[in-house]
Amino acid sequence: MPNNDTAEFQLNNGLKVLLKPVRSAPIVSNWIWYRVGSRNELPGKTGISHWVEHMMFKGTPTFPKGSIMRLVNKNGGLLNGFTSYDYTAYFETLPADRLDLGLRIEADRMGNSVFDPDEVESERSVIISEREGSENSPNFLLREELMSLAFRAHPYGHQVIGWKEDLRRITHDDLWDHYKTYYGPHNAVLVIVGDIDPAATRARIQELFAPIPAGPAPPPVTATEPAQTGERRVVLRQPGTAQYFQAAFHVPHARHADHFSLMVLNAVLAGASPMTFGGGSTPTHRSARLYKALVESELATRCGCSYSPNIDAGLFNFYATVREGRSLEEVERAMWDEILRIQDELVSEEELGKAQKQAKAQFAYALESVTNQALWLGSMEMVDSYARFYTFLDDLTSVSAADVQRVAQTYLAETNRNVGWFVPRTEEVAHG
Amino acid sequence: MADQTSVAPIGPHTIQHFTLSNGIKLMLQENHISPSVVVRGHLWAGAVNDQLEKGGVGHFTASAVKRGTTTLSFQQINELTESVGANVFVSGGRHLTSFGGKSLAEDFGLLVNVLSDVLLNPAFPHKEIEKVRGQILTGLRELENDTRGLASREFRQLLYTLEHPYGRPGSGTLESVPGIQRDDIETFYQAHYHPKDATIVVVGDVQAKRVYDMLENALGNWQPAGSAPASIIPEAQSLTEQRRYVRTMTNKTQADIVLGTVGPDRAAEEYYAARMGDMILGHLGLMGRLGETVRDQQGLAYYAYSGLEAGLGRGPWSVRAGVNPANVEQAIESILAEIARLRDEPVTDQELEDGKDYLTGSLPLRLETNEGIAGTLLDMHLYQLGDDYIIRYPDLMRAITKEQIQAAAQKYLDPENYALAIVGPYRDE
Repeated sequence: MPNNDTAEFQLNNGLKVLLKPVRSAPIVSNWIWYRVGSRNELPGKTGISHWVEHMMFKGTPTFPKGSIMRLVNKNGGLLNGFTSYDYTAYFETLPADRLDLGLRIEADRMGNSVFDPDEVESERSVIISEREGSENSPNFLLREELMSLAFRAHPYGHQVIGWKEDLRRITHDDLWDHYKTYYGPHNAVLVIVGDIDPAATRARIQELFAPIPAGPAPPPVTATEPAQTGERRVVLRQPGTAQYFQAAFHVPHARHADHFSLMVLNAVLAGASPMTFGGGSTPTHRSARLYKALVESELATRCGCSYSPNIDAGLFNFYATVREGRSLEEVERAMWDEILRIQDELVSEEELGKAQKQAKAQFAYALESVTNQALWLGSMEMVDSYARFYTFLDDLTSVSAADVQRVAQTYLAETNRNVGWFVPRTEEVAHG
Repeated sequence: MADQTSVAPIGPHTIQHFTLSNGIKLMLQENHISPSVVVRGHLWAGAVNDQLEKGGVGHFTASAVKRGTTTLSFQQINELTESVGANVFVSGGRHLTSFGGKSLAEDFGLLVNVLSDVLLNPAFPHKEIEKVRGQILTGLRELENDTRGLASREFRQLLYTLEHPYGRPGSGTLESVPGIQRDDIETFYQAHYHPKDATIVVVGDVQAKRVYDMLENALGNWQPAGSAPASIIPEAQSLTEQRRYVRTMTNKTQADIVLGTVGPDRAAEEYYAARMGDMILGHLGLMGRLGETVRDQQGLAYYAYSGLEAGLGRGPWSVRAGVNPANVEQAIESILAEIARLRDEPVTDQELEDGKDYLTGSLPLRLETNEGIAGTLLDMHLYQLGDDYIIRYPDLMRAITKEQIQAAAQKYLDPENYALAIVGPYRDE
């Protein structure tokens, strides 16, 4: 494993900074991470974190509307923002000598974004349109049903985009309050990876960010999901042309000791997950157990599982697209058979070694891009610690076959299971 | 701006060329930033070679070749590659079949051996062909419920018609795919999978001489019977009328729109001006002028952007948007108004400068990963741009004028004669 070459420090106002020099190309990736996502949203205000993210591109007095995107592009850079359950992140990847632009933008919009009422209204229809685009997809609709079934108490039960009724009602003042509560140095981490001079970069960060006042600590998320005590199911009958299967099991938060065992479980079932962002993935699922049991057996055309760590207890997910002529019952039975197998029999040393080698390769692929490295450091820092980047392969290697079996038995239990079926009503796909 | 030569580390001084003994061209770029390696290549086998009633055979063949060789089963191929976190692919396109893979540098030998076995010795087992068929058919059924996918497919068919290979769906149809026999696949493979004019690019943490030796050893003896037939297709013509397609799907909440014309090919003298015009129309900043009017000012859509698919032939120059059904007409009007504006008025000085700065300044970002470099090198070879293309590129961009952009827009875009596909909860009056 690489030595920890990330410099870590904190400003007096609470801003945490991670700097990782990588001099393979004259490029730098600048990220700001806020500890706010759909997890922090209350009933009636779902989708507000994502909406605030949209407002952050509407400008500040220093960077008027349109100029943030324009200036980053003009300087040869790319930028984006995204909102997840646990965090909201913004980045600019730029030619190395243009880092200052990214720093100035993030320092400025940490506190000075303009929430013009007309812009709020125009963005309301953009966001509703974003949601309506997703609603066209059966898998989105099924996922939304399944999440709200799995979580009764915790805000992970609603999607990041939010419920449409809330999107119609959230006000300008709601958005402003959300911004003022969660955006500030006290609730943020700045991550920079690339061709930088660490001392000069540190001095510039001090200059730009230290004057920003810290706000009060944001309210803690106190909702805790009660243990599930029995299987829950949802059947979505809607017009469509294919059958889709999804399932989800509750699993612990990212800092739990079982985290790495769950990652290996996921790799054995469906291949090691790529650690890249925006294309360039190298899938390794076709020799994994689920693909063999479902796709090779011609029950499904697509299947897999996914596990991504969260701040609070999240989900281990399964999905499949049923092949024409086969049934949801058959697919579900085959899925449970694979789960039973991994609960009953220890995985072989070969399978464990394969999962580890796959993870090593995915890690090397991610190293090609400074954007990916910063994504990795930042997202791990949000749910646990960036230092996981450096121990990742060792942590995976320490997982034993017995660990994999134990977590499969503990978490992939029937009483902890949420199952969703999308059953198409073909006669209703209206064609004009 | 930074001195461009300092940020263009790839050129005649770094790119190495070899020719395998059967004529396959090999381009190599060493890149030692990460212990990984990427292979990308293409053969002249594409959907343009499909006969209409066997539509999708090229795509089907590309999916079938990696389904087992004379010595390895599909599962053995998967096990060999995935056990080391590597990946091998073959993918059928419109003119070309692309192939390649990625691995740790230490596993490059394995990657080359599997890839060459797949290309040279496919067995096309009956059982595997039926598996692939089932996957393609399920995918085509899913497409029937996918507003974005359907709008794209119908737009192409409208723009080029089924008479032209560009108007046909590359993966075939629910009608054509069931009729594709194993013999059709075998025949397509024999006729079109050919080393003549094939190109391979390797980028990553490897030594050039060793790469050459391994590829020569694995692929240099590939000598199929017969010569590769030329695929000559008629040049696509611009529309002289308006064509409109609507598919009403009442169960959906959003309508997806594709509107466009036949654009230039990659070799057209207007290509760079058209590309810059496209950046200004539908990319720069948040989706260019379209983003500014359709998304931002009018709040009509989450996405509204343009795209220029200039390749070996005249691909589409199109605009895509997803809108609420109540806003369909207004969105179309706005899109047409932006197309007319690009033809009627020169772009502003600021737009042109921003576009030039972006396209030149972002070059290092596009060349950051092994995939990014490999894709660029393949294009340089395919379109005969020369090894100094990356070094010349900033000057090519800087030379574009407002007049050239306007002339390109006038030649290829048209607010009167265009194809328009709308799919979603919308009905024509």
